[in-house]
Amino acid sequence: MLRDITLGQYYQTDSALHRMDPRIKLAGTMVYMISLFIYKNITAYLLAFLFLAVVIRISRVPFRFMIKGLKAVMFLLLITAVFNLFLTRGEPLVSIWKLTITKEGLVNAVYIVIRLGFLIIGSSLMTLTTTPNQLTDGLEKIMAPLKIFKVPVHEVAMMMSIALRFIPILMEETDKIMKAQMARGADFESGRLLDKAKAMVPLLVPLIISAFRRANDLAMAMEARCYQGGEGRTKMKPLQYKRIDYMAYGVMALYLLGVILLGRLFPLHLI
Amino acid sequence: MSIIVNHVSCVFGGDTNMPVNALKDINLVINEGEFIGLIGHTGSGKSTLVQHLNGLIKATEGAVYFNGEDISDKDFDKKKLRSKVGLVFQYPEHQLFEIDVFSDVCFGPKNLGLSKKETELRAYKALKQVGISDEYFYQSPFALSGGQKRRVAIAGVLAMEPEVLILDEPTAGLDPKGRDEILTMIKKLQTEMGITVILVSHSMEDVAQYVDRIVVMNQGEIMYDAEPKEVFSHYKELEAVELAAPAVTYIMEKCREAGFPVNVKATTVLEAKNEILRIFHK
Repeated sequence: MLRDITLGQYYQTDSALHRMDPRIKLAGTMVYMISLFIYKNITAYLLAFLFLAVVIRISRVPFRFMIKGLKAVMFLLLITAVFNLFLTRGEPLVSIWKLTITKEGLVNAVYIVIRLGFLIIGSSLMTLTTTPNQLTDGLEKIMAPLKIFKVPVHEVAMMMSIALRFIPILMEETDKIMKAQMARGADFESGRLLDKAKAMVPLLVPLIISAFRRANDLAMAMEARCYQGGEGRTKMKPLQYKRIDYMAYGVMALYLLGVILLGRLFPLHLI
Repeated sequence: MSIIVNHVSCVFGGDTNMPVNALKDINLVINEGEFIGLIGHTGSGKSTLVQHLNGLIKATEGAVYFNGEDISDKDFDKKKLRSKVGLVFQYPEHQLFEIDVFSDVCFGPKNLGLSKKETELRAYKALKQVGISDEYFYQSPFALSGGQKRRVAIAGVLAMEPEVLILDEPTAGLDPKGRDEILTMIKKLQTEMGITVILVSHSMEDVAQYVDRIVVMNQGEIMYDAEPKEVFSHYKELEAVELAAPAVTYIMEKCREAGFPVNVKATTVLEAKNEILRIFHK
């Protein structure tokens, strides 16, 4: 059911990727995303695929576990692909009724699936190997220079970490309320779309109420501990780069260079 | 009418590197009209077990039989099962959602596809059974006190007229008065309506004077399944799994150690009082 969504979830294990500094993982994810959009040819994607495969291997997160959480996103991917397939103008390939598949459409569809697929897997790899706390710590540190422009960096990071922390809690709560209503004969699975939407009311109302209650409790608990924002606040575990992190930066740079060079010098096109 | 739990095991997160064996080879027979206390420390698997009984969780291994039928069968009517085996979750007041108390209680019977008249009749009866008076019927459920909210939520399940009523920690977070009221009400349902009741709790004290039979769970396994007196006599073993017998048991044991020939199997305060008086009147 709902707990099958692994996007944004942390997978507990011990690997080189888990031990890395969150800053390099954030930067690395960024670089990887950029690398996917530099060139539109098979060479670059092949390299991106190899890189992703190696990183997944290093992360020790079972591939099956990663994919399980992406089912909902797959649907989005499918829609995007279908739109690209049918709505791109160009040289017609097949024509069924009023719909025409063009050569360009097919190429676009394949590329968009590859790009988005890799992008999603790549970024979920980051959240799978980084705890929410590490992630926001990293973000806070990276964004720290923005403080000069009066950006409330600490507050933004705190809000993010709270939001992330609440995802599993609300998921659990959803599961619980769903079960409670199912025990009262509620049916969330069958029926038409409108029935399904109506069936959500007994789930959403208690969920929203519980979210507000929790937010209230948390605010109270934070105030009781004299929380007053980032000013003068020190860290229990300050982030510090280790050798592995510098190496990772090196690898990322090499990878980006590789994509640029190979994509430029040996471009392989689909058609 | 009976529920048979046959060699049921349940594993959570079987595809991760930290699978949790929530239940290990559970065997249990629940007979008609019984009042069973299901006791266990936090995380002992008691909530998981009761969710198997109305098919909310599917057993990883083994089977649950309701009136001789396997509930995991494809053609088994789950909805009907859930109306027969009513499950009141922990903090049931968190599931209230309707604009007024009465419509909220109607939710369950309405889902069973009953007529409007029958639905309202059942809702009315259920609210009366839990002792909510008419003046609250058209108030928002969120305006009620904690104890009242909980009664309304219990009525929401009762309105489905279940044959088996399972309550997961129905007294959690209530004051002693609210706790006694809820437990007395449940006992009344069992004796007067003949409903089979399973009461999940971590407190022996709560259940001692109400139940006929206690099932103690520890780390996904059934440790004891016997009458309260029998279970409490193992109070040393219970302590080892972070449970405790009622205070009365300890007093009686101390009396015996001090040389008074009392019967240590008194479980309620009243029984203990009579027992001690009996010794002194001799």
